Amino acid sequence: MNVILVAVIALGVLGLILAAVLFLIAKKFAVEEDPRIAQVAEVLPQANCGGCGFPGCGGFAEACVKAAREGSLEGKLCPVGGQPVMEKVAEILGMTAEADEQRVAVVRCNGTCANRPRTVQYDGVRTCRIAHNTAGGETGCFFGSLGCGDCVTACPFDAIHMNPETGLPEVDETKCTACGACTKACPRNIIELRPMGKKGRRMVVRCVNKEKGPVAKKACAAACIGCGKCVKTCEFEAITLENNLAYIDPTKCRLCRKCEEACPQGSILAMNFPPRKPKAEAPVAPKADAAAPAVEPVQVVIPTVETAPKEASESPSL
Amino acid sequence: MKTFRIGGVHPEENKLSAGKKIEVMDLPKQAIFPLSQHIGAPAVPCVAKGALVKVGTKIADAGGFVSAPIHSSVSGKVAKIDTVIDASGYRKPAIIIDVEGDEWEPNIDRSTNIVHDTPLEPKEIVARVQEAGIVGMGGACFPAHVKLSPRTPVDVVIINAVECEPYLTADHSLMMEKPEEILIGVNLIMKAVGVKKAYIAIENNKPDAIALMQEKAKGFVGIEVCPLRVKYPQGGEKQLIDAVVSRQVPNPPALPADVGAIVQNVGTAFAIYEAVMKNKPLFERVVTVTGKSVAEPKNLLTRMGTPMSLLIEKAGGMPEDTGKVIGGGPMMGKALLNTDVPVCKGSSGILLMTEKESLRGEAQPCIRCSKCVTVCPMGLEPYLLQKLAEHADWERAEAEQIMTCIECGSCQFTCPAHRPLLDWIRMGKGTVGGIIRARAAKS
Repeated sequence: MNVILVAVIALGVLGLILAAVLFLIAKKFAVEEDPRIAQVAEVLPQANCGGCGFPGCGGFAEACVKAAREGSLEGKLCPVGGQPVMEKVAEILGMTAEADEQRVAVVRCNGTCANRPRTVQYDGVRTCRIAHNTAGGETGCFFGSLGCGDCVTACPFDAIHMNPETGLPEVDETKCTACGACTKACPRNIIELRPMGKKGRRMVVRCVNKEKGPVAKKACAAACIGCGKCVKTCEFEAITLENNLAYIDPTKCRLCRKCEEACPQGSILAMNFPPRKPKAEAPVAPKADAAAPAVEPVQVVIPTVETAPKEASESPSL
Repeated sequence: MKTFRIGGVHPEENKLSAGKKIEVMDLPKQAIFPLSQHIGAPAVPCVAKGALVKVGTKIADAGGFVSAPIHSSVSGKVAKIDTVIDASGYRKPAIIIDVEGDEWEPNIDRSTNIVHDTPLEPKEIVARVQEAGIVGMGGACFPAHVKLSPRTPVDVVIINAVECEPYLTADHSLMMEKPEEILIGVNLIMKAVGVKKAYIAIENNKPDAIALMQEKAKGFVGIEVCPLRVKYPQGGEKQLIDAVVSRQVPNPPALPADVGAIVQNVGTAFAIYEAVMKNKPLFERVVTVTGKSVAEPKNLLTRMGTPMSLLIEKAGGMPEDTGKVIGGGPMMGKALLNTDVPVCKGSSGILLMTEKESLRGEAQPCIRCSKCVTVCPMGLEPYLLQKLAEHADWERAEAEQIMTCIECGSCQFTCPAHRPLLDWIRMGKGTVGGIIRARAAKS
């Protein structure tokens, strides 16, 4: 009996002493954390995608609070939550959020199986990184999509998929958050983050081939041949031609669609535009444009003379 | 019999063209000279479109110290300077020459008599080698003059006549036909770096070459033939130094010269002989055309720039069941995108694999048998490096010495689960190498 009593008392006293020591240490070495970090983290989407450039949502919250202490939230953007989430974050931190344009990933390659015939067979690991290191790829184009789907694996939002018919990745614009994971995964820099544009409308050169015209054309029927017709057509100086490749500056483009008509290769794509009226009705076109707000981005395209067949098959998916 | 200590495999030898005489390949109609045929900076063209060139005329200057000039192998007119698909599988700049006749530069000695002595000083020999555009002919194409100017004192020269790649017999046939010239070339290398001892390392699957070289080497002081047990990758520089003189080269950035050894290919020794004694720059080499279904496997003395399709035709044409055309040997060679790829300084062979041979086995999960660890000649853990590369853990990959890998492919060859080990490791090596270079540039 006595033994048990001694043990209980001894352990009890020991416990009390240690508890006191722990209490004192916790008080003395307490790390003060800004309570706003937890609050900011709460409003973030918790996707932990790293698209903001910080290690997960916790890291981003910490960075935001630190930036707020320094006076500005400039350059901090959660690509997943976008503007609404950034406004909430700004509210917690007592600042104003900078307006940032919504962006979206765009695949700049139209080397479908039909446009770009396969010349050799790659039987190594189905990974773009390795295929790119091994050789030029399965087709004659050494710049275009390798079709192994590294971007699909990299996407944390299930927003990019391979189309088995074309062999190319396609972006689901409703899911894409412009986190940039696919642009980093692509060894050929085919995917670009471009501003979403008004009603999702934008003009894109769907080619990254820097080869001279004849070589590029031989490799792919839809390649940009660097002829410069679009550059001459553009009234807003939005198109530049470098290394035999045209590039449309989204900040200067006014969506007039003239370059699309001028391109002999059909490499320029007008995305999410309403269908064009057949040529006979051309004079009333401005009216149709004015009425456009009522028209949803359309899936079916009425074929016009020059460009329609290609668009018809691809615009809905992109 | 000597060999290297750790790892190694013994693939089926398949030396189909062994014992065949070297045949002279016909001139092509058009010769293509890629500007990066060597490790280091690409060469810079020194001829313009329309210029007339002779055999041996320099058409491109070296682009730096670690680089080599390129000489025309044909006479004719420069058609254009354009991009062509080379053995790397990408378009690279190249000089294209339309062939007209066969007129040689007058200062090249075309006689067959053997020149034994030269009054040249070591420095002049190295300068000649540099001017002749000689690079390592075994396949890596490291400029020879760089190796002949070591930073640390060297006491032994090892001539790599191992030819451990299956199928290839270019070096073997060269030794059978030009033993004397090779030995003089070895003497020149010894003189250039001031060394008294040289070994010619030959695997013992070439007993005729060993006997012939031993016989001829009696007339030379300090040159010894060293027969080695057949094991791949014995032709690797580090493996060869280990096998012949039992010295271990430390991890990169250490070079063989740091352990007092210089390794040169037997083809390089012959090229050095021709450059120094005959004033002939490097513009032709022996290429093995082989494969199980090739009608007549051959060793062809080919001018650089000849499209590989012509060599295949000479060997009886492309068999119908060809699945892959490989530039080099089956272990380290690279599948070609098309057969118009020109023969370059490092093209030791063209291997036509049948469709059945060329198919890869289906990759299955690793069964932890550790065969890849057993065969790795660099003492690495390939299964681990593969995983690290796949999961992009570059820091750990660097710590596990991914940069030490010599890309011999023994691991992948031996893997019973057909895992694509080398594909991933090679990719990881490229990435980690880039990270290391970026770090060095930063600091």
